[in-house]
Amino acid sequence: MEKVLTRDVPADGSAFDIKRYELAGGYQGARKALKMTPKEVTEIIKQSGLRGRGGAGFPTGLKWSFVPGGPHAPHPKYLCCNADEMEPGTFKDRLLMESTPHQLIEGMVCAAYAIEADVAYIFLRGEYFLSAERLRIALAEAYEHGYLGKNILGSGYNLEMHLHLSGGRYMCGEETGLLNALEGKRANPRTKPPFPQISGLFGKPTIVQNVETLCNVHHIINKGPEWFKGLSRSEDGGTKLYGASGKVKRPGLWELPMGTTIREILEEHAGGMKEGLKFRGLLPGGASTDFLVEEHLDVKMDFTEVQKAGSRMGTGTMIVMDDRTCPVGFVKNLEHFFAQESCGWCTPCWSGLSWAEKMLASIECGEAQEADLERLAYICRFCAPGNTFCALAPGAVEPLQSALKYFREDFERHIREKRCPWR
Amino acid sequence: MLSPEERREIEAEFEHYPHKHALTIDAMKVVQKHRGWVSDEALKDISELLGVSVDELDSVATFYNLIFRKPVGRHVIMVCDSISCWMMGYDRLRDHLVKRLGVKMGETTPDGRFTLLPIVCLGTCDHAPAMMVDEDLHRDLDTEKIDSILEQYT
Ligand SMILES: Cc1cc2nc3c(=O)[nH]c(=O)nc-3n(C[C@H](O)[C@H](O)[C@H](O)COP(=O)(O)O)c2cc1C
Ligand code: SF4
Ligand code: FES
Repeated sequence: MEKVLTRDVPADGSAFDIKRYELAGGYQGARKALKMTPKEVTEIIKQSGLRGRGGAGFPTGLKWSFVPGGPHAPHPKYLCCNADEMEPGTFKDRLLMESTPHQLIEGMVCAAYAIEADVAYIFLRGEYFLSAERLRIALAEAYEHGYLGKNILGSGYNLEMHLHLSGGRYMCGEETGLLNALEGKRANPRTKPPFPQISGLFGKPTIVQNVETLCNVHHIINKGPEWFKGLSRSEDGGTKLYGASGKVKRPGLWELPMGTTIREILEEHAGGMKEGLKFRGLLPGGASTDFLVEEHLDVKMDFTEVQKAGSRMGTGTMIVMDDRTCPVGFVKNLEHFFAQESCGWCTPCWSGLSWAEKMLASIECGEAQEADLERLAYICRFCAPGNTFCALAPGAVEPLQSALKYFREDFERHIREKRCPWR
Repeated sequence: MLSPEERREIEAEFEHYPHKHALTIDAMKVVQKHRGWVSDEALKDISELLGVSVDELDSVATFYNLIFRKPVGRHVIMVCDSISCWMMGYDRLRDHLVKRLGVKMGETTPDGRFTLLPIVCLGTCDHAPAMMVDEDLHRDLDTEKIDSILEQYT
């Protein structure tokens, strides 16, 4: 099993510095890319079938191809790395930034070159102090060694790269919210169109891309699209950082072939459930994905198959719930998060989610009625895609609507017995 | 007035952005680093330097979790209350901290040593439950561990 993104992660928790990175073949992908045309680089990424690792899974090369190129394109153009990572249950990009910061920088150089960007920003979560420190050092090293700045490696290409630490808010991870945050505003989302690829940061063409996505780019350029596809066990190419947290024996993060089954991740890598506990359900890719249950354990973790099973792969880091955790309390915790992080721009979200949170609290303490379950379902319908400004609200109701489906009996029992049976 | 040091740190960022406006958050963070929090006074100082109205600065400040518009203690404890930490014992840790420090969530101890706040997922869910004290991440917590951690901060 070939490891790509985590091959060089130092076992002692240190960062892979530029000397070690270069010795291990670092910046060869960037060298290669800078000898091609930007169009050729984009074409390779398109052929590889790389899909974004930030949650939505949009094809990366296709996204780049929407950016106006050539001599008449508007400048400056921007590349933004989305390193906000605030979705509960998600803990994958941190590892890449803390252990192999140059891998991210190299991927960004290649991506920026492909869209002919002049400036790149790493939008980093404000609480990730260790990532910030290591990225700062790595950026300085990259400038010193001629991988950033003017005339990179004698190619005539110029790129400035800066680190921005977030003020902290889940909405900063949303593509257009991130752009507003970088402009020093509230991280409310923007109407689309215009899409950021045409008019993004400071009104100029911009690409926003997840950390893990970017870390794949130079490997693909180095070894080719066919190699990348071959790493996978499914239609979607590459490897994936999968994680598990919650009631498993060995919570953790593993780089595995894309399309590894949920069962294999849970049983072989996470060691199965903790002693004495039984599996009840899981959110496959962070807090904004629908529950999957026992019958889905053999589903392959990739964008297509998880969707077929009625959920989303999201960030690929799963949250595992056991049979002694109350599903109502579980969902209440999630809706508290989403209600609190709603930016308040549209009514179904800011009003609906806090209403849902209150109703879940009353179900939990035995003060609810049967009709409240219908009201919860109603909120889910009103927060569906297309009814709100951004994807926060549709994501927020995914765990709720699926909990109402799979754990309905638990909700009903709270109402019937007028108490939480788990306490 | 901004101290020369604060001004220098904010101005060092000027060249990274095409407009000064983009520095609202960075500027408030610089001030917060030096003064502990962002007062009305501080907003006025930043407003003069960046040419952004106090009102707009305030609307930005209140949007973001990591900008404090009220004084905080010498050390800020942020306990993750998101899903994996909740499943792995957040309630117990919170109750323990509340009892030990004698304050509620959101409050500062009378001696000004600690402010206790909830925070969303710290991105270390495989080592839940977790909390941050100032810039230090503490993971795989239990009540005993918390006691010895608190002793590290005077
Ligand atoms: C509320 C919300 C929060 C998000 N947070 C993140 C995040 O922290 N990191 C991330 O990469 N994508 C996040 N996304 C997805 C981004 O909007 C965007 O799709 C992604 O950064 C694109 O990069 P990719 O194509 O490489 O996945 C979030 C989306 C929403 C709606
Ligand atoms: S869905 Fe929620 S977070 Fe998104 S714009 Fe509307 S109110 Fe804001
Ligand atoms: S849920 Fe607490 S660190 Fe992720």
